[in-house]
Amino acid sequence: MLIKTIFSGFGGQGVLSMGYIFAYAAMVDGKNTTYLPSYGAEVRGGTANCTVAISDEEIASPVASSPEFVVVMNNPSLFRFQNVVHSGGIMFLNSSMIEARPIRGDIELFEIPANDIAKGLGNEKVVNMVMLGFFIKKTGLVSRDGVEKALGDAFSLKGKAIVTLNKKAFMEGHTFD
Amino acid sequence: MRGNHIVAEAAIRAGCRFYFGYPITPQNEIPEYMAEALSKLKDGVFVQAESELAAINMVIGGSMAGARVMTSSSSPGISLKQEGISYLSALELPAVIVNMCRGGPGLGNIAPAQSDYFQATRGGGHGDYRTIVLAPSSCQELAKLTMEAFDLADIYRTPVIIFADGMLGQMMEPVEFPENTNPKSSPPKDWTLTGAKGRPGRAIRSLILDPVLEEEHNWKLMRKYERIQKKEVRYETFLLEDAKMVVVAFGTAARIARGAVKRVREQGLKVGLFRPVTLWPFPGTVLGELGKKVKLFFVFEMNMGQMVEDVRIALGGDGDIHFYGRPGGIVPTPLEVSRIISSQYLQKRL
Repeated sequence: MLIKTIFSGFGGQGVLSMGYIFAYAAMVDGKNTTYLPSYGAEVRGGTANCTVAISDEEIASPVASSPEFVVVMNNPSLFRFQNVVHSGGIMFLNSSMIEARPIRGDIELFEIPANDIAKGLGNEKVVNMVMLGFFIKKTGLVSRDGVEKALGDAFSLKGKAIVTLNKKAFMEGHTFD
Repeated sequence: MRGNHIVAEAAIRAGCRFYFGYPITPQNEIPEYMAEALSKLKDGVFVQAESELAAINMVIGGSMAGARVMTSSSSPGISLKQEGISYLSALELPAVIVNMCRGGPGLGNIAPAQSDYFQATRGGGHGDYRTIVLAPSSCQELAKLTMEAFDLADIYRTPVIIFADGMLGQMMEPVEFPENTNPKSSPPKDWTLTGAKGRPGRAIRSLILDPVLEEEHNWKLMRKYERIQKKEVRYETFLLEDAKMVVVAFGTAARIARGAVKRVREQGLKVGLFRPVTLWPFPGTVLGELGKKVKLFFVFEMNMGQMVEDVRIALGGDGDIHFYGRPGGIVPTPLEVSRIISSQYLQKRL
């Protein structure tokens, strides 16, 4: 099994952290994983994306030709990646930010108003973890324990409150239906 | 861990305590990590130099004093360091130089490319010399080869270049650091400049005005390069046993090519992969042997065709060579490469 996912959105939406936490959780679960960020002159408000591959076997290429899943956090990401998803693949869409919908009929679509949920938690910054919770609930690619460990390790320097808030946001997304 | 951080950590584990550099994307995480990690070590020295030229000359100084030294940069910065690398070679000083290659020429961009192959494998600076060039293709290999680079540099008293690219520097994979290699394998440094108290003075210099002596120095270096060519060739093969077509690629391109080979294997095409790990010494002899059995070679690089020249020399006229390159920082997908591989394979009716 080899699954590739592209996470995409505005710089500042936490797209890279989303991919990083996911890849870290896969590592905790004992899977092979690669995390490939887009890097460059990215700034807050610019576009950012990353590709995460997870597999039970060795991963040949960290670059995705046609990812099974794509997570889009804003409009430009939808337009950029809707034609890249593998036929039969799934798009996860942040309906708080995106009015358009993909024009393809051969992919499945899951929507979540991630920004609205994050606002409800009192901090819109955790919109990425809301989306990640939703993504992992639907795909079951990594364990919840893996994500909890990843969140704890990744945000440990930022203090307990931040870790707790992110875990809470993750759970909000995880239980969304 | 991120590729750049792995290089830095591996260097420290290999006993590197001196880092001199100047910032440039996409390798800034190396000095970032080194600054923090070396400042915590009692004997660690980190200097952000005023320029690349200054940094490489600090490397020369550190190496003369017997330390394990490293610098890192990306393409334009490596060009600036070439003068110093030529001096390191002439002076027979060990050092590790990391090039996280980006699109060029000129300032180019900051995207991953392999356009510095010629520069890395042909010496790069002025004069008759070669440097050992290691080309990792995964985060795990970044760790392994960085640590080995310090040993090779010490054993042969020569600069070693880690030739990777922005993608390897930026991507993350789980990594296990190898046990620290045995420092005893390196010969004792009985040539260092550490103050002549209680012993006769020594000098290390590259100015040899007498052509007879300079020629002898050149032959001496050449004999060393021949030893390296005999002993240090490294490469990796993948699904070569029954292959009718062989893809040759290194570094990041080899990673993409491996994905492409897996794809065309699913279609039943007998294609294998040959990946040089040392770009210099190039595994030409092994490739030449392969050319006696396999008739079609496909060279894929993220440049306009540089290693393909070494492949051509190695094959010496045996087999057909098809080249596919994407320069400028474009990273093609495995699907794109697999389509070209399969169309070549089918056209030749293998």
